[in-house]
Amino acid sequence: MLTTPDPANQLKKIEIEDYETLVQQVKPKPPLLKNSFWAFVVGGVICMLAQAIQNYLLSKGAGKTDAASWTSVIMIFLGALLTGIGVYNELGKIAGAGSIVPITGFSNAIVASAMEFKREGYIFGVGARIFSVAGPTLVFGFVIAVLIGAIKVFISS
Amino acid sequence: MPGTKKKGAQTVVFDNPLVLTAWASIVGPLEGGGPWGQDFDWIMEDYLFGEQTWEKGESKMLRETVKHALNKRNLEPADAELFVAGDLLNQLVSTNFAARELSIPFLGLYGACSTMAESLIVSSMLMDGGFFDRTVAAACSHHYTAERQFRFPTEQGVQKPPSSQWTATAAGAVLLESVGVGPRITAATIGRVVDMGQKDIADMGSAMAPAAVDTIKTHFKDMNLPTDYYDLVVTGDLGKIGMAIAQQLFIKDGVSPRPNYSDCGVLLFDDNQGALSGGSGCGCSACILCGPLLKKMLAGDIKKLLFIATGALMSPLSSFQGESIPGIAHAVVIEN
Repeated sequence: MLTTPDPANQLKKIEIEDYETLVQQVKPKPPLLKNSFWAFVVGGVICMLAQAIQNYLLSKGAGKTDAASWTSVIMIFLGALLTGIGVYNELGKIAGAGSIVPITGFSNAIVASAMEFKREGYIFGVGARIFSVAGPTLVFGFVIAVLIGAIKVFISS
Repeated sequence: MPGTKKKGAQTVVFDNPLVLTAWASIVGPLEGGGPWGQDFDWIMEDYLFGEQTWEKGESKMLRETVKHALNKRNLEPADAELFVAGDLLNQLVSTNFAARELSIPFLGLYGACSTMAESLIVSSMLMDGGFFDRTVAAACSHHYTAERQFRFPTEQGVQKPPSSQWTATAAGAVLLESVGVGPRITAATIGRVVDMGQKDIADMGSAMAPAAVDTIKTHFKDMNLPTDYYDLVVTGDLGKIGMAIAQQLFIKDGVSPRPNYSDCGVLLFDDNQGALSGGSGCGCSACILCGPLLKKMLAGDIKKLLFIATGALMSPLSSFQGESIPGIAHAVVIEN
């Protein structure tokens, strides 16, 4: 291993740091306040809609678990529908995380991938690529579920 | 023995300047609705161009652009001796499939968004070397084929930061002949890969600006020219942010091009078109060159042009593996 720093490397490092400073000066910051506002509004409306659906189902005499499941199913359907007619991506441009985090965003990620890769056929296109964006959510969702399950087993035993 | 046509470190000067006898550009609807809409030869009504997939549409766009350029000189694809071109897609599918239909002897190039300058340089050198008399140099890009390869599915709802750019749906093709009437390519500077450690894949301008400035600086030094020699110095697709950074670097290095410096990515779209930092993609510089710029040269509004196409040589794979984004820029001198 070399112990003395290579002067050429040092110089390059300083140059890169200088450049980074320049880039940060010039690059506009994302409009945080505006983005947060729209994320709050759109995300809030999606959640309110889901809550309204759930309340309606409960008022019609559905059980608590059933109402929750049906609400998810309806929201997933709405997310898929809005993706299919090309509305959800426009919503995402404005809302950012506000439309990604709710379950409709998960639906959007899957349907968007399915639509995108349809032209490569149903096996190697849709089938193979449908979870290309949503995959990480599923994988780590499963991992967390297993961990929480394990914790519950330990606590209750 | 050093090459007799080479000047300085990276520049080549042509003994027999190559003539741009015809050119053509085809663009997508968004590009056509921009400030230069009337300067393009054809504006596509939609992004499929009558094909089943975006990739096929992109390929057709390039093919038709080449045919259109040849048509302007009443030539057929069979009359061209060499076709040098490229696009952004893996395995250059759009260009390869266009070349299949055109059936002109073909060299495919990948220079990311710098391809238009690269294809002009390769054709020019082969022609000045005496191998060919009539070649076609071209490049194309398509917004939706690039999005799906480099970023997200198109219907995915994602918010883009202000530094991101809009890959242009556009193609440009130039017919080069050793004898003829038109603007001429007199020299070119082949760029080095410059990497200043930028890693933000939503900000190509900052990654490419140092390469552009490096090539411009080298060009003026190699040619021993004053920085006010050209009527217009135009970079490929740095966008608003990359252009602002490049201007800072020009001042730092003392090579501010005068009287006019601009960027095709900034020129291509109006502010209200949602392109954020500006246009990008091989087609961006290709269509601005083969549309408004060469038109202005023909009209005599521009007499000496330095065209520098810029490319970000990354792939999603290299970014996921933590690599920074290397940039490249090639300069071509076009004079009346």
